[in-house]
Order: sequence, then C-alpha cells, then structure tokens
Amino acid sequence: MAVDTAFNMAPVATPFFFYMLSGIMLIGGILVITRKNPVHSALALITVLLAQAGIYLMLYAPFVAGVQIILYAGGIMVLFLFVIMLVNIDRAAKEKTFNSQWLVGSVAAIALGGLFVAVYIKGNNIFPEHVMPGVADDSNTQNVATLLYGQYMFAFEIASLLLLVAIIGAVVMAKKRI
Amino acid sequence: MLHITTLHYLVLGAALLLLGVIGVLTRRNVVVVLMSIELILNAVNLNLVAFSHYWQGMPVHLGGGSLALHGQVFAIFVITDAAAEAAVGLGILIAFFRNKETVNIDEVHLLKW
Repeated sequence: MAVDTAFNMAPVATPFFFYMLSGIMLIGGILVITRKNPVHSALALITVLLAQAGIYLMLYAPFVAGVQIILYAGGIMVLFLFVIMLVNIDRAAKEKTFNSQWLVGSVAAIALGGLFVAVYIKGNNIFPEHVMPGVADDSNTQNVATLLYGQYMFAFEIASLLLLVAIIGAVVMAKKRI
Repeated sequence: MLHITTLHYLVLGAALLLLGVIGVLTRRNVVVVLMSIELILNAVNLNLVAFSHYWQGMPVHLGGGSLALHGQVFAIFVITDAAAEAAVGLGILIAFFRNKETVNIDEVHLLKW
C-alpha cells in the first residue's frame, strides 16, 4: 500500500520547516506594518499568507491550506491590490507613514505583548509536550465537509447570508449613485 | 528545538497578532490598517488550526480522534468573515476616498464631535 506508507510517513525536518516558515511570516508581518508603499505591504502580506498555508500543511490541515491560498492569497489580496490601484495618490506617498498617536499605540501593543508573555510564563506546562501526534488522515476534506454540512449546518447558512449581505453592502458603498 | 509543540504555534500566533495590533494602532493609511486586521484574523486562524491538531491527538472517548476538526471548520468560518469584512471595508474606503480625496485615517472624523 504505497498510499498508506506515504501518509504514515513521519514528517521530515519539522523543526527546520517550522522555523523557516515562521521566520518568513514574522519578517513579512514586520514589512506589512512598516513599508510606506501599500503595494509593498500587500505583497508582504501575500508572502505571509502563503507561508501560513505551509504551516497549515504541517498541522495536517490540507483543506484549510488550500482555502487559504485560493481565497486569501488569490481572492482577498487581489481585491486589496485593486483598491490600492484605485485610491493610490502620489500625495499619500509623501506623507508620514505613522499617525499622530503612534507612540500611544505602540505602548498599548507592547502592554498586550507583556500580557502574552505573562500568560506564557504562567501557563508554560498546560499543554503536555507529547500530545502532538502525526495524525495521518487522508480524508481531511471529507471529514471537514461532514462537519460543515452536518453539525455546523446552521452556521454555514448564516455564513452564506453574511456573504450575501457583504456583497450588497460593498456594492451600495462603492456605487456613486444608487 | 527537538519537537514542535502546540505552544510553538501559539507563540507564533501571538507574535502575528501583536504585529497586527501595532499596525492597526499606528498606521495612517486605511488600506494598511485593513491589511493589519487581516494579520490579526490570520493569527486567530493559526491558533484555531493548531488547537484542532492538538485536539486530534486526544483520546476518542474524550472527543478527540481524527474526526475532531472543529478548529479547522471554525478557521474556514473566520476566512469567510475576513472576505466579507474586506469587501465591505474596501467599499467604505472607496466611498470615503470619493468624498475626501484621501486615505489618511486621521481625517476620518465625520462622526466625531
């Protein structure tokens, strides 16, 4: 059974790939919030999203990884780039990158980071180290679909309603005259 | 270094969320603020999928097993919400830009007294 051995094979060099992908994600995130040109920010964000799809694959979530690439990197970011092209003006490039309350904002964010560090130190051994299995499951998509159309049927319908409202709202907002 | 545990993914998600919060609070360009919100949502998604993987390693009689994919389902819902939020937010941005000819978030104070 070649398929079985392929799925039961232990992942190779997991720490290496984890640190590589997380390094890409963190550097990309820093670029997103520091670049002056919004197009550069968008490209950095696409890099972050693609690296995160790799992280999803490492977590045995191939369906979410595919959705991430198709919907986020392929759909939402193209929308962002379109809007940047629509509203980008030369005047914005000459202005300051950060707003007038950047100091207060940074202090608040660092306080939040301190909270995270405190939680990390307090709850360091909540998660047992050994429970990080290599769940070999070749029917991930099927199982996700069973949950989506079974247990989460109502939430699924609400999500479709939300998308309909978002479509109408976006058209109404962006249209010049109704 | 030897083993990548759930905590590694949670720390990465926390770092991403912090970057997104800094972006939301300090940037002037509305488009970049929306992108920082996307960063925050992605950090949450990373946590959800990591917990889903963690939960799959639990015994089946506790609700674990390979069918315990609730975190991944929630991640898909979060992605749906992100799409809706991006569409509406960018629509609002275009309407605002048409009125004020700027994308500077400091000048978005129509509702401020």
